[in-house]
Amino acid sequence: MNQKNLDTYCQNTWCPGCTNFGILEALKRTVSELIERGIKRENFVFTCGIGCHGKNVDYLNLNSFYGLHGRCLCTAQGIKLAGPNLKVIAFVGDGDIYNEGISHLIHAAKRNSDITVLVHDNRNFALTVSQFTATSPKGFKGSSTPQGSIEEPFNPLELILVSGATFIARGYALKIDHLKDLIVKAIEHKGFSFLEILQPCITFFDNRKFYEERIYEIKSPLSKEEAEIKIREWDYLNGEKSKIPIGVFYKVEKPTFEELVLKG
Amino acid sequence: MVKDYSILIGGAAGQGSRMAGLIIAKLFNQLGYRIYIYEDYQSLIRGGHNFSQIRASEKEFQSRKKEIDFLLALDKNTLNLHKKNLSKNGILIFNGDKIESKEGIGVPIEKITREAGGKPIMANTALISGFSKIVGIDWKILEEVLRKEIKHEIDLNLKIGKKAYETSQNFSKITRVQPVSNFLLLTGNEATALGLAKAGLKFYFAYPMTPATSIMNFLAKMEDLNVKVIQPENEISVINMALGASFAGAKSAVGTSGGGFALMTEGLSLAGQSETPILIIESQRGGPSTGMPTYNLQGDLLFVLSAGHGDIPRFVIAPGDAAECLYYSGLGLNLAWKYQTPVILLIDKDVSENTFCVNEKILDLIQSEKPLLWAKSGDYKRYKITEDGVSPLAFPGEKDAIVKADSYEHDEFGITIESEEVEKMQEKRLRKYETMKKAVEKLPAVKVYGNQNSNIALVAWGITKGAAKEIAENLGIKLIQPIIIEPFPQKQMREVLKGVEKLFSIELNTTGQMAKVLNSQGIKVDGKILKYNGRPFFVKEIEDKLKKLL
Repeated sequence: MNQKNLDTYCQNTWCPGCTNFGILEALKRTVSELIERGIKRENFVFTCGIGCHGKNVDYLNLNSFYGLHGRCLCTAQGIKLAGPNLKVIAFVGDGDIYNEGISHLIHAAKRNSDITVLVHDNRNFALTVSQFTATSPKGFKGSSTPQGSIEEPFNPLELILVSGATFIARGYALKIDHLKDLIVKAIEHKGFSFLEILQPCITFFDNRKFYEERIYEIKSPLSKEEAEIKIREWDYLNGEKSKIPIGVFYKVEKPTFEELVLKG
Repeated sequence: MVKDYSILIGGAAGQGSRMAGLIIAKLFNQLGYRIYIYEDYQSLIRGGHNFSQIRASEKEFQSRKKEIDFLLALDKNTLNLHKKNLSKNGILIFNGDKIESKEGIGVPIEKITREAGGKPIMANTALISGFSKIVGIDWKILEEVLRKEIKHEIDLNLKIGKKAYETSQNFSKITRVQPVSNFLLLTGNEATALGLAKAGLKFYFAYPMTPATSIMNFLAKMEDLNVKVIQPENEISVINMALGASFAGAKSAVGTSGGGFALMTEGLSLAGQSETPILIIESQRGGPSTGMPTYNLQGDLLFVLSAGHGDIPRFVIAPGDAAECLYYSGLGLNLAWKYQTPVILLIDKDVSENTFCVNEKILDLIQSEKPLLWAKSGDYKRYKITEDGVSPLAFPGEKDAIVKADSYEHDEFGITIESEEVEKMQEKRLRKYETMKKAVEKLPAVKVYGNQNSNIALVAWGITKGAAKEIAENLGIKLIQPIIIEPFPQKQMREVLKGVEKLFSIELNTTGQMAKVLNSQGIKVDGKILKYNGRPFFVKEIEDKLKKLL
């Protein structure tokens, strides 16, 4: 495969018009920009779980470990421990990491592992033809909940803040330039960086209109107290009038897990 | 007569009987004796009944004797439970402040400790010292061992020891025997840790689970070994982190018991599919489920042989004592990297936690071997199709290589595929398994003890080897110990079974799992001797059951 090209020969199998294309484009722009700024191409490593988001690693002509559903943050932390100079970026999905791998997410944030987590939150299990996840709104009609899901969603940003993440941001899959800036900041942050990407699933949960009417960009930086307020502004329920802030909510410097393990 | 002593020291958890037992073992070791210590304790922190049973002998024995020559009781419970096994000329020594007994020798260990201004735990020093005087061990030797073993407040300990020594009477004389040189006293877990470190282990990932926990505790304590110990949130994270570290080029291992291994099986399958090297220690305890955390059953053999979904090439290696743990853990880690596949080191509670004499020269046999690496020319293909099924490794960060590992079925570059082309990769891994099978025949996969020419043979694995070896030697029959069980060493096994007419399997489980493995290889097992109360075999138990079968 051509070393210069960021694309592989793998045939893309996302639905036509899938918003994952937006995330992939933002990611490729990020990598190109960071390579220009001096990060070596061979030092990027991607991991992913299983779901539509995971296909990214097949489409990227860069180092990767296509891992297990819910487990790729563990793999990412292992890679970072063994290769502290590597830039380790994990693609995860909402079902992947808010359901199956929730304990790994909380603990990776708690230890401030120096990895970047990009959550493709389409708010349903899409690849298995639509079931509700931890961020699906109450009443979500999926194939396992034809009458609507009875569970309320949680707010992943609120969870990650109390878990100890040192960088917390939210982006939108179809605001590609803004998203690219967020990914660059997330990768450049030393410590656990968490970027929740609202990614409408055009086949099973097309809430583009809902998002686009509500999304607005916030100005950073915020204090922890301000971040808490902004994070709680929208609680992942549907139909309410609240706005949806995107941008960097929180950033703080702390020693990383790998620094502490590998010192001496 | 072979000098062969059995010493039992017991007390409640927290009284320090295990440490005291280890010091007594080291006293005998100092006098030239070979040592084996059986540890028996319960899943609790304080109270209950714990004991260590030491076998100190001129000869190498790895089983405990039922008869006790010296019984040391820190509490009444120990006396009540074990007095019946005291041999005819045995000596009972007890905590004179806690126990009233017409027989035996009471040493006022608590009073001595209190009067010298010591802490309650130092009563152990008084007991050890009283014992030393009673059995005629020189104060000089005792002092030397105490100085080596006790790290805190040694002067106060020696003061207590001296007092107990001087006020006790002598009844017996343990004599020096021809010493064994270059021997270390190690538990199986300690030996496993040392073998892995020698083979180049960089990271050890584990979640606490008896009886594997002391591997991580030992590696964490022994900073000079340069192995980083990581304790993730659960066993699922443990194995996935380790696979990440291996993928990035660092030799990694994980350790657990059956329940934790059950959680790891998803990751085991990932290791097989992504061809990521990993060494997994599975130290068995009584099962199923939570079972008996601090007691032993060899009930996970069939589980580790078939664990994980899909066809996974793997090695399963079952060492039977600390010396074998030392050698085979190093070998296992090297095999994991040579064949880029999971290696399971299957041990059991007694192999893990009991103490054995280990020849330290075994360490010289272990090297950190270099795996097959990419030659740095042409396009790098992580899963290059090769004749022997092994593809050269490169790691992220390598210039001009794009390293893609994949949990899906994949092509040579590591790109996911689901077309009928997948057969090629399945066949590559199958050829790798054939290569592993050939390699096993060149390794010490099967050991034989006792009378090589006997037409009666026993099969025993793990801790059971110890007692089985003794019985084979006593009765002049053959003992076969399979150590590498997967890939199964067919040729070696056929060779050692030549001339054998009757074959009996001895195991600590209810169904005879090794017998099933042998049967599946076309080897007929004529009878099974099984025990499943959580405690390893006494020689006598095997002998009695064998006589009925013959």
